[in-house]
Amino acid sequence: MRKLWNNYRYLFFRRFTQIGLLVLYFGANAWGWTILMGNLSSSLFLNVVPLSDPYAMLQMLAAGAVLASDLLIGAFIITLFYLLIGGRAFCSWVCPVNIVTDAAALLRRKLGVDRISKRQPATRNMRYWVLALSLILSFAMGVTAFEFISPISMLHRGIIFGLGFGWAAMLIIFLLDLFVLRNGWCGHICPLGGFYSLVGKVSLIRVQHLKENCTACMKCKVVCPESQVLHMIDKESLPVLSGECTNCARCIEVCDDDALEFSIRKLAKNKNIGE
Amino acid sequence: MKKETASRRKFILNMARSAGIAALGGFVWSAYIDEVTASALTLRPPGAIKEEDFLKTCIKCGLCVEACPYDTLLLAKPGDHKPLGTPYFTPRDIPCYMCPDIPCVPVCPTGALDESSVTTNGELDITVADMGLAVIDDNSCIAFWGIQCDACYRACPLLGEAISVVYEKNERTGKHAFLKPIVHADVCTGCGLCEKACVTEKPAIFVLPREVSEGRAGNYYIKGWDKNDEKRLEQAHEIKTTTNISKNSALDSLNDSEDLY
Repeated sequence: MRKLWNNYRYLFFRRFTQIGLLVLYFGANAWGWTILMGNLSSSLFLNVVPLSDPYAMLQMLAAGAVLASDLLIGAFIITLFYLLIGGRAFCSWVCPVNIVTDAAALLRRKLGVDRISKRQPATRNMRYWVLALSLILSFAMGVTAFEFISPISMLHRGIIFGLGFGWAAMLIIFLLDLFVLRNGWCGHICPLGGFYSLVGKVSLIRVQHLKENCTACMKCKVVCPESQVLHMIDKESLPVLSGECTNCARCIEVCDDDALEFSIRKLAKNKNIGE
Repeated sequence: MKKETASRRKFILNMARSAGIAALGGFVWSAYIDEVTASALTLRPPGAIKEEDFLKTCIKCGLCVEACPYDTLLLAKPGDHKPLGTPYFTPRDIPCYMCPDIPCVPVCPTGALDESSVTTNGELDITVADMGLAVIDDNSCIAFWGIQCDACYRACPLLGEAISVVYEKNERTGKHAFLKPIVHADVCTGCGLCEKACVTEKPAIFVLPREVSEGRAGNYYIKGWDKNDEKRLEQAHEIKTTTNISKNSALDSLNDSEDLY
């Protein structure tokens, strides 16, 4: 039991925040709760604090919209928040699509898809291309380009306001991740993940690797949805500095040797120098 | 050296490949967006700014939908054939009941619903909202057949102002009157209560966005008897065109007998 808790504690907390946020949003629409109204694109916390998706704001800016002050404040708060706790913490702790893609990744491991063919047919840098493309299209067409196709919005909006055919988008993402490309949506295509990767380059909370404890079992690399960020495993005691790390903490949980832990960026660096 | 060239070639090839895929993706993506944002028949919440600006400003958060006490407003789902995620309403299902405090507008975080457009003298005023314009199909409106019906007139929240009933002699019977409903475009807010109330199988009075339901006379025609309309003349500017008339070409044209045979 203790081992179970130890190996899944962060996963439990992540699912708790992901589903908890959706419940709060759902309650706002269905029963008039005022804790968190709106959805992940923009919301109102406790009827006072505006919160807005900074990537959506960027697209609006590119499209040439007049930006209202509530929107600017909301986007500022969200950006500041993710600068503190790690850019892609959004992806693993908030975004509901993460539940779908995690399920696909789990099934993919269980089916041993990557043992049959190891080659990945696409680069993870694709998300930055999609990010750039979304801003170019927003500028050229005068609409928020990604917001009109975003399966993320489709899902969270769908859960709160009614899904329609949104389930089909989720099925496509699930099958893509399962059979076509490992971590296909979240790790390769999603421009919102790309955006938060850029934010996460400078964010504070980091996963720290301690080489002296590492037994090179590589369990962490197996569960990591962005395994390229764990390049230092069994090589050097370094913090994971890539913005692509989602701070999902799966690596920390599966490590039986305490070779990975959360740390604050600056402290982690100092420790490193001290050695 | 050779290795360097190979890696440089590989780099250039990779960039070209990415650019190619991006171009393909961009083409499909933009075609899709062009298609989904082209639906002109979407009725927006009160205070919505011009559709073109609305599409770039609305962040699709649904706060207006949550504020609406009548569940009038919906966010477009995949399959609704409306710009995805944007708020709209379908008057035949649930019309806008024109709340005096307009709860849907002030909550908008982006200004896609503009409070100032539904404000008169510093106070919220739903009667100046402009969601659309009701139009009547007099072929299917039974009042135009001579059957007495004033359902839309009675349902109108701006009773007697946005819709009035005119009496006209029914020449067919010679002794009855038509009670014909007329919509006044300058007052109608497009709330759709008339469409909801209409008794015909498919409503004979229905709300369309003004862009769809209204024509435009253009600058060639001015109401000379209307001081306000005449002001448009001040903006008018002279257009001078000169056509070079050639004497020869006129003569040539007269002398040309080719068409005769």
